Amino acid sequence: MTSVSPEYFLALAGLMFTIGVVGALTRRNAIVIFMFIELMLNAVNLAFVTFSRMHGTVDGQVVVFFVLVVAAAEVVVGLAIIISIFRRRRSANVDDVNLLKW
Amino acid sequence: MNIEVVVFGVSFVVALGSSIAMLFAKNAVHVALFLVAAQVALALTFLLQGAYFIAAVQIIVYAGAIMVLFLFVVMLLGVDRREALIEPLSGQRTIAVGLGALLAAEIVYVAVKGTEFVIGGRGEDALVTINEDPGNVKALARALFSDYLLPFEATSVLLVVAIVGVMVLARRMGHEGFLRETTEDEGSEGAETDAEVPA
Repeated sequence: MTSVSPEYFLALAGLMFTIGVVGALTRRNAIVIFMFIELMLNAVNLAFVTFSRMHGTVDGQVVVFFVLVVAAAEVVVGLAIIISIFRRRRSANVDDVNLLKW
Repeated sequence: MNIEVVVFGVSFVVALGSSIAMLFAKNAVHVALFLVAAQVALALTFLLQGAYFIAAVQIIVYAGAIMVLFLFVVMLLGVDRREALIEPLSGQRTIAVGLGALLAAEIVYVAVKGTEFVIGGRGEDALVTINEDPGNVKALARALFSDYLLPFEATSVLLVVAIVGVMVLARRMGHEGFLRETTEDEGSEGAETDAEVPA
């Protein structure tokens, strides 16, 4: 086990999560937004692994396992949605999908 | 200097640096490649903290399968054109960056100051013992198939739902099938939107 204190890992996780939030808010390409969501999920995984280490149990790692499964399912469905939007609109820009906008 | 500190420093710099590079990369393929770099660096931090199985799964599933799927879709759609720089909401980027900095400050403050609330388990040495005696994979399997059996079964349902949903979403319209009637409506709608949106 590492001698690096868990605070540093948690700080890294927090910073990466924030970068993911900022990227998802500022970018316009739907696929790129999806990648930033993946970055956020990864950062949360790091936080879970760190908590698992601090608690001395593997429960946090089991949660990471579930996050991985859910992320895989989410990516598959999300990319299929993006592809079907692209077929209709010829664009992956989220601002072009404004039919339901008030 | 301790080798673990060096490894952590390298993975910290690579993970954070490639995440920031994701923000500024124009091309979607570059964003995907920076994300792969960040995920590999994160796998290193998992290894450092004794999560060996999760580190392997991170590389295989995330940096391998999921990112290949992303790159496949990027190539399929051919979205290598530069993103539109017009902001529909004025000042959205500035506000997002400002609020993001605030969020980062909050999270880092909590991470540094709030760790004493988390500590309450058996401590770090317990995980070392677990990793040695039953082993990391065995301990994970025991937890997964005993305490977490119901969520595990639920994920199998989730995966089936995802597979069926993707098959419905991604099938090409216009074939003979039960979607015949809706196909014609969608075809006319598509023609309208094509006229509205210049390619």
